Amino acid sequence: MSTAPLRLVTPEDRGVIISDSNQLARIESEAQLSAILIALSGVDAVGAEARVAKLATRSIKKSTKSAALNLAISMVDLTTLEGADTFGRVTSLCTKAMRPDANDDSVPPVAAVCVYPDLVGHARSVLGDSPVKVAAVATAFPSGRASMRVKLLDVADAVDAGADEIDMVIDRGAFLSGRLGQVFDEIVAVKEACGSAHLKVILETGELVTYDNVRRASWLAMLGGADFIKTSTGKLPVAATTPVALVMLEAVRDFAESSGRLVGVKVAGGIRTAKDAIRYLVIVNETAGSTWLTPDLFRFGASSLLNDLLRQRLKQQRGAYVRSDEFSGD
Amino acid sequence: MSDARQDVRKTYKLLINGAFPRSESGRSYEVLSSKGEFLANVAQGSRKDLRDAVTAARAAQPKWWGATAYNRGQVIYRLAEMAESRRAELAEHVGLAEGLKDAAAKSCVSRSIDRIVWYAGWADKITQVLGGANPVAGPFFNFSLPTPSGVVAVVAPQESSLEGFVDTVLAPIVVGNTVLAIPSEIRPTPAVLLGEMSATSDFPAGLLNIITGYTGELTPTLATHEDIDGIDLEGVSNDEAIELSALAAGSIKRVLRPDEHRGDAASLRRLRAFVETSTVWHTVGQ
Amino acid sequence: MTDKSLESSTLGSLQYDPAPELAAIARLRPSYGLFIDGRFTDPSTHEQFASLNPATEETLAMVSSANAADVDRAVAAARKAYDTVWSKTTGAERAKYLFRIARLILERSRELAVVETLDNGKPIRESRDIDIPLAAAHFFYYAGWADKLDHAGFGVSPQPIGVAGQIIPWNFPLLMAAWKLAPALAAGNTCVLKPAETTPLTALVLAEILQQAELPDGVVNILTGDGVAGAALVDHPGVNKIAFTGSTEVGRLIQQRTAASNKRLTLELGGKGANIVFDDAPIDEMIEGIIDGIFFNQGHVCCAGSRLLVQESVADEVLRRLVRRVEQLRVGDPMDKNTDVGAINSAAQLARIKELTDYGMSEGATRYTSSCVLPDKGYWFAPTVFADVTQSHRIAREEIFGPVLSVLTFRTPEEAVAKANNTNYGLACGVWSEKGSRTLWVAQRLRAGVIWANTYNRFDPSSPFGGMRESGFGREGGRHGLEAYLNV
Repeated sequence: MSTAPLRLVTPEDRGVIISDSNQLARIESEAQLSAILIALSGVDAVGAEARVAKLATRSIKKSTKSAALNLAISMVDLTTLEGADTFGRVTSLCTKAMRPDANDDSVPPVAAVCVYPDLVGHARSVLGDSPVKVAAVATAFPSGRASMRVKLLDVADAVDAGADEIDMVIDRGAFLSGRLGQVFDEIVAVKEACGSAHLKVILETGELVTYDNVRRASWLAMLGGADFIKTSTGKLPVAATTPVALVMLEAVRDFAESSGRLVGVKVAGGIRTAKDAIRYLVIVNETAGSTWLTPDLFRFGASSLLNDLLRQRLKQQRGAYVRSDEFSGD
Repeated sequence: MSDARQDVRKTYKLLINGAFPRSESGRSYEVLSSKGEFLANVAQGSRKDLRDAVTAARAAQPKWWGATAYNRGQVIYRLAEMAESRRAELAEHVGLAEGLKDAAAKSCVSRSIDRIVWYAGWADKITQVLGGANPVAGPFFNFSLPTPSGVVAVVAPQESSLEGFVDTVLAPIVVGNTVLAIPSEIRPTPAVLLGEMSATSDFPAGLLNIITGYTGELTPTLATHEDIDGIDLEGVSNDEAIELSALAAGSIKRVLRPDEHRGDAASLRRLRAFVETSTVWHTVGQ
Repeated sequence: MTDKSLESSTLGSLQYDPAPELAAIARLRPSYGLFIDGRFTDPSTHEQFASLNPATEETLAMVSSANAADVDRAVAAARKAYDTVWSKTTGAERAKYLFRIARLILERSRELAVVETLDNGKPIRESRDIDIPLAAAHFFYYAGWADKLDHAGFGVSPQPIGVAGQIIPWNFPLLMAAWKLAPALAAGNTCVLKPAETTPLTALVLAEILQQAELPDGVVNILTGDGVAGAALVDHPGVNKIAFTGSTEVGRLIQQRTAASNKRLTLELGGKGANIVFDDAPIDEMIEGIIDGIFFNQGHVCCAGSRLLVQESVADEVLRRLVRRVEQLRVGDPMDKNTDVGAINSAAQLARIKELTDYGMSEGATRYTSSCVLPDKGYWFAPTVFADVTQSHRIAREEIFGPVLSVLTFRTPEEAVAKANNTNYGLACGVWSEKGSRTLWVAQRLRAGVIWANTYNRFDPSSPFGGMRESGFGREGGRHGLEAYLNV
């Protein structure tokens, strides 16, 4: 009778191990791209929704909650994407971004402000040399319905004005009609136009509808060179949802394992409360892992979320609920 | 010297896996008519014959259950056709075995054949009657289907040589089980005849196996054989049923105890006795 | 197996602070009597035993030990209630009592969840989100049947059996009580229920609920105790029906002992469920399903997916992801709201799990055990996966009833079915594939009472549950569950 080896999983085994020997092949044809995307595992919608429902029951208290609130603040892309945006509006947004709580400088700045390309220059000048990045939505945001020439000019404008990050939209029509090569080529072209700016690719998951599509679009964007994949424009009734985030986080995790490249995830639209934000952080933590628990790899695209994070943060400190006018409305 | 023709007499054999062997033990026993006259030497089945029958029934079961319900109904209906064409022969044997007058014997055969037809019709109804969809509180499609227990041993009634045999044997068969049956010990010949008919009526080999012999000798083997999933004890006394039920507990068999009731309700109970409810859940999502 | 199979990203390192549920919510009394004829009464021997918290080994409460004389009293009370009250109560009125009980369970759900977790060791998340709501749902479901029995498919005016003796296990104490009592009462029977020796407390809270519901005295009697009480109930001539959930070993004995009396019997016994994974399975949900299948309730689940049958072409990938996920399970204080795997229910059960896993090692399987830190006090077993297991290994054949998974491989659907069915049990199986036609093909061929496709360990009062072969007979749940309590 032989004694079998007992292999305990040790904490050391848990570090991210990225194999560099297993780089993904270069995409050279639409057929090759399709084959890769079709070969991805399907998503069982019921199982994915059950998983996030279970994770939503995690009870985050005390110091964990304080840490999570600070982390969430540092992950916010403070956003204004209105036709009525003005320099004044952007100025107050940038001020808030750099110092979210005027009374407490221990509150970290947010990750970025997110504006339309024509306001990038102004934002840049207000933010100065603060660590807060300027992100611009480009490529005929939010519909993406413009010629490639216009989209690239849109990107170039934003980059020239000093954008650190470009949030592009994919052509959902092309994706849904199976013109995957076209979507891929657009991402590659925009990535090139970005130069050193980081590229976030908005999948607009509310229009992709199925989780299988979300998974395939995530991989398509990552293969095309996305630094981030982002759920939504925030301009549709259906924006970020926890199961969609789960599927995207699984995608970045698996992509990192097979390519060695870490891609970030941005959830945007409809995230208004600290409770929501913490739920997302739990999903990040238990799906992609703590490697992703940094503004470099996870973002919240939001506006009103920040004040609730601040309010909950203060409540943690004071032990009492905070009045709604405690923070500036920006 | 006489020119009177002597009839060609038949040897009454077992039915195992579609073949008609003598008992491997070489034994036979005398069966008398109700008037005490010699009727036949009938094969006296042994433990090993039972073992072979279980093997045959086990092998045949997936295929029988795998056939369409429509097809199973046709096969059983075909048995009724065969029996109908040999009514006279069956009636003669029932008459001799049970001491019935010609008309009564014929009527018994008629009822038996009608019962076969009744059962044949159940093959493609039972699933809907015993199964269904279950409205679970969640995004699942959930349905329950009656599926056969597997291999069922039937100790057929001692008095009712044909009608009782038909009633007890066809219930497990029509729901997808394969069967080994011990016919009435003292009145086995109508069952043996029916077995012969089954072999010419599209019954696949191993679906129905018939082991004639001494009930008391054979039943403990049936009750303890672990590869038998259920046992119908109709043909034993209450005391024997107690003992055999306790033995059957060894492998958690489904046990149907003797029940004097007859008729549709009792038969429905039989149909339910050797089916298992199998419930399937499947997620429902885009 | 190379070390590569252990690769994993840093998961779960957002350290969650303890989030314990309040034990005081349990409102436990120091000691409990036997619930007979509507009242808590002293046992005839005045003997009591301690119900322990398996996570701490501390005494939660003293409960009474019923003997044959107590069983006699309880059966007499049940008989009297049957003859004088319950058999004369219309279905519509019985229904209202059951609806009332369902509501009361929900009203006291937080208390019941805490008591269940303290007594059983299961995570509070599971008792709160699964056990207690399902128990209430069961009463709610069968309440509706009480006045509709004519339409249940058993002929017109089906009659109850009489006095039902019900013996339940320790893995889902309140839920199993609900599974037994609700259909029995709906069908018009009266009951003597014996909860498991190590988990009597929620049944005793249920007794209080029955009092609050003003269920007539004697309709339900609850006897705590050990095997002596169970045996006396099984043998009692005044009992017309035995319903048992527990081990196949004990089920076999009960079937033997009830043979003479011709009591009606239903058995819900052990299992060795196979979770079959095809190469096109939805991989992330499948991993969750495997985890749920074996680590839900510490694997103390008769229908646990304790054998993983994985298609050889994806076996390495599945094992790698599985081990990574096992490492992520949060093991510890059952009262913590973030605990995934709680305490083993008893020292005896822990010993059995250890014995079988030691066997697995000596038989040459490869063992992966979570590196989680186990508490010093209480009964604990770290989640464990055995790879390189073959059909002949004991850990592939015997029910371990703990957080231990055996991984085997197959090459074709036929081989998967053959291996899944190669067991004396027949309770539950899982099938994971995105190909519907093959899933149904497999489901048709599995000898199991419950088959979960792309999910596992789901329960619902409307869904029949129960086994084939040595997993027992009879169904609980749904229209089918009524048959066990009707004279049909």
